[in-house]
Amino acid sequence: MRETTRKAAFWTGVRHGAPFVFLLVPFGTLFGVVAAEAGLNLLEVMSFSIVVVAGAAQFTAVAMMQDAVPTVIVLITSLAVNLRMAMYSAALTPHLGAAPAWQRVFMAYFMVDQAFALSSVTFEERTEWSVGEKTAYYFGVIVPVAPCWYLATLAGALIGEAMPEALALDFALPIVFLALVAPALRTLAHIAAAATSIILALVFAWLPFSLGLLIAAIAAMVVGARVETWQEAQR
Amino acid sequence: MIEAPTWEIWAVIAGLGFGSFALRYSFLGLIGGKELPDWVLRHLRYTAVAVLPGLVAPAVIWPAATQGEPDPARLAAAVVTFAAGYLSRNVMIAVIAGALTLYTGLWLTP
Repeated sequence: MRETTRKAAFWTGVRHGAPFVFLLVPFGTLFGVVAAEAGLNLLEVMSFSIVVVAGAAQFTAVAMMQDAVPTVIVLITSLAVNLRMAMYSAALTPHLGAAPAWQRVFMAYFMVDQAFALSSVTFEERTEWSVGEKTAYYFGVIVPVAPCWYLATLAGALIGEAMPEALALDFALPIVFLALVAPALRTLAHIAAAATSIILALVFAWLPFSLGLLIAAIAAMVVGARVETWQEAQR
Repeated sequence: MIEAPTWEIWAVIAGLGFGSFALRYSFLGLIGGKELPDWVLRHLRYTAVAVLPGLVAPAVIWPAATQGEPDPARLAAAVVTFAAGYLSRNVMIAVIAGALTLYTGLWLTP
């Protein structure tokens, strides 16, 4: 019985993760192209995508190395771009924290934007799911996502020439993230949090090292929690 | 072109890989199955809607592809994606509506 529901959860994850192929193929290819054109060899380009597994941070690091920024600054800035991963980790802990330690190591390695975004939304809906089903779903999402990222990077590194600009691939990420967030705005608290996030991210966009996003995200979480408390008091 | 010596490139790859893993493992690995307090959970419920809109907002208003100049096609695509997602509650419908708006907009604006 448990076995079949786990299998179902796994395949639900695969199905939810599959559409991201359309995002990751262009995005990963683009990274491969950019990194190869910057002068990195095939092994270095592939190591970036396999060791780091975080597109935005990889692009940041390659761009800064091209500007001959000192290694320490490259690392601090690229890791700041990835600070959101600590928030993902915290947000997934109530759902996946009870899984065996070795599984949590793999979960951490594969904790990409898509895995977090889909899991956090789905786990909130499927409150009846056990840790086993949630784990199966999480790795289900990873199955189409991670190999796609590696292979697309490889393709890009091998092509090594500019993608046609007319495809406007720069905007694939904003569209996908907006498409994910909009249906998740179920309550006034969610809407207030999202609005806070947008406004503060724009106001503090001038801050270096993605600090503006960090401030905006923390403030937005506080606003969401406060509005929720306030609404409960109203009832 | 990247002029840095090979060891510096590998230092960035290794450092970024290790640091990213540490950030991802932090709470999940160290706290594990222990119960988090209520007020923490209340805040974590809003992580997705707190991070993702802020992540995309600057890219929507000041796209890198147009050197930071606001672009009508991209703005329209963002608004349509959001509206379609909010009204339909369906991610794929929102993505398709947004992509169609973006390409129509880019085609209309020279």
